[in-house]
Amino acid sequence: MTNNHKAPEAAASSEGIPAPEGPANLIDTDYVIGQDNITARALGINLDLHGKVFTISSLVILFFVIVTLALQDQVEPIFNAIFGFLTGNLSWFFLLAANIFVVLSIVLIFTPLGKVRIGGAHATPDFSYAGWFAMLFAAGMGIGLMFYGVSEPITHFGTAMGGTTLEDGLRTDWSPLGAAAGDQEGAISLGMAATIFHWGLHPWGIYAVVALALALFSYNKGLPLTMRSIFYPVLGERVWGWPGHIIDILAVFATLFGLATSLGLGASQASAGLSYLFGVPNTEVTMVLLIMGITVVALGSVVLGVEKGVQRLSQFNMVLAFLLLAFVIAVGPTLLIATGFFENLMSYLVNLPALSNPFGREDANFSQGWTAFYWAWWISWSPFVGMFIARVSRGRTVREFLVAVLLVPSVVSVLWMTSFGGTAIDQVVNEGFQGVQEAALELQLFVMLGQLPLTAITSFVGILLVMVFFITSSDSGSLVIDAITAGGKVDAPKPQRIFWALIEGAVAIALLLGGGLTALQTAVITTGLPFTLILLVACYAIVKGLMSEPRSV
Amino acid sequence: MYKKIMVPVDLAHFDVIEPSLQVVADQAKHYGAEVCYVAVTATTPSSVAHNPEEYQQKLEAFAQERAKVHGQPVSARVITCPDPIADLDDVLVDAIDEVGADLVIMPTHPPKHLDVIIPAHGGKVATHTKASVFLVRPQQD
Repeated sequence: MTNNHKAPEAAASSEGIPAPEGPANLIDTDYVIGQDNITARALGINLDLHGKVFTISSLVILFFVIVTLALQDQVEPIFNAIFGFLTGNLSWFFLLAANIFVVLSIVLIFTPLGKVRIGGAHATPDFSYAGWFAMLFAAGMGIGLMFYGVSEPITHFGTAMGGTTLEDGLRTDWSPLGAAAGDQEGAISLGMAATIFHWGLHPWGIYAVVALALALFSYNKGLPLTMRSIFYPVLGERVWGWPGHIIDILAVFATLFGLATSLGLGASQASAGLSYLFGVPNTEVTMVLLIMGITVVALGSVVLGVEKGVQRLSQFNMVLAFLLLAFVIAVGPTLLIATGFFENLMSYLVNLPALSNPFGREDANFSQGWTAFYWAWWISWSPFVGMFIARVSRGRTVREFLVAVLLVPSVVSVLWMTSFGGTAIDQVVNEGFQGVQEAALELQLFVMLGQLPLTAITSFVGILLVMVFFITSSDSGSLVIDAITAGGKVDAPKPQRIFWALIEGAVAIALLLGGGLTALQTAVITTGLPFTLILLVACYAIVKGLMSEPRSV
Repeated sequence: MYKKIMVPVDLAHFDVIEPSLQVVADQAKHYGAEVCYVAVTATTPSSVAHNPEEYQQKLEAFAQERAKVHGQPVSARVITCPDPIADLDDVLVDAIDEVGADLVIMPTHPPKHLDVIIPAHGGKVATHTKASVFLVRPQQD
């Protein structure tokens, strides 16, 4: 039956008619998407919202903003204590769970289940490879690579060089594994391996699990595109009740505050960069203007939609990021980067078992303070990134999806870290320039670029990249929150997504001026714990869901 | 004068399109024109259907139902796009040429101040197509 379907499908897609999407195993449920929604007209604006999820999420957000602003000094220690407890005592849980996600993703690539196509056996992709990949990357970690591309390799290199220090039989140093005291080559290798570990397979494995589960249960099983749908194999019809509401509310909470706090912190970092580069006064006014500017552009992009908004901005950013990367490779220590790429990749693979080992770690500061922190962070972002990736991935096979979401970005991360981190380390060890190591975290990228030619241009590109990555995060985040609070409807009225984009900017400004950005960001990362459980369920759901799917040929 | 009438419909918001359907029936009979019902939907499951294929079946059933009312030939076409809320106008404008319609009949709301920010679909479609566009306002009480 496949051959017969191929021809009309190809002809039809150009006319915009959806061809039969082929066999897929729908879940039989009486739930109708939007059945719990409230539709209303207020002030001439149409609304279509999930009553409970929207109302409670809004109230919870309001509550947390007010409490954080009013009781800043009281809540910060509480959030910090909870978070310290999580990373201190449960780091094994985060590390173990992340390993499971990676192993599952890799195994699925090589099993026959990889042949299942998202959206039904005959579904065709909604986006081109270029547009799809650009969106995956921009949503996943674009902004992080800008901030940590230089600073993380150089930090791990520094601590590894410093070797281990013991106090009462406990390690007090922050270096990964057994460090490499005084061994420059070894320290570079270990530092790069540790960095790549945090930006390679594991974060993308986390995103891949969430995204694949959501895509599968939405496009193939016919359930709404919200977090709760993942739980259908476990909870059955109960996902449409309170257990489901709570999962969705938690996802809205993590997404909105994750975005708002990083927008606020990002604005203060971008403002520091602007003042370092162009002497713009580094004041709250500058930061507020930055947030407002980013929000206005994000609003425009949100109104233009996925295809003309997010996709175009992401592609624009990919081109810019690629140019910057190519520039650093060409002008920086080219040969060192070229050989370093393979050496670092090898070093990553060699150290991977030890770095990802959840039990009996001696490098407590590193495995808890860095790795567990990162894992909790990626996991708390995963509802947002995963939902967005799911939304744009219809028509890909599971194998294609996992290669693109897991392997390709990991390789790009290796190249990025090698180029930016390698250049900075080269400046320290071979050129005797200590500037990068001494600079503040948010300025390290610019100090590194300052040692290369055409500083004014490259630094400007750097700032521009940071801002556009914020815009794409902000608008894809608004789309995700809107879909969750509309009960999984992606075609809820436009004013709702505008509302969420505005709220995000407003929360960021309120917290920036009133204080409490870091406190609330800590609170967001603590949502990593419940989401880890949700993701483990997702693993089960993926396997169960894929087993019942017809495989594409 | 008109050979093919395109009628954008949204099965999820039937109350919105209902008033214009009688106009469509009258015009179709008057001109002896074919009627093509067009729906734009996201690829994600919606309140109407689990997937685009199911939506197409429902739309065809709807079209056949209307054919019984006005007795003119009908066709149905579901168009998918990733973000229908944002892309609706552009998709409809393209669809007019694709189906070869020379008249579009669609419902619209009365003008309001908010149109400056979020313009009505009917008006936007009319400014971007060569076909004639008949915008049906809701009945005034």
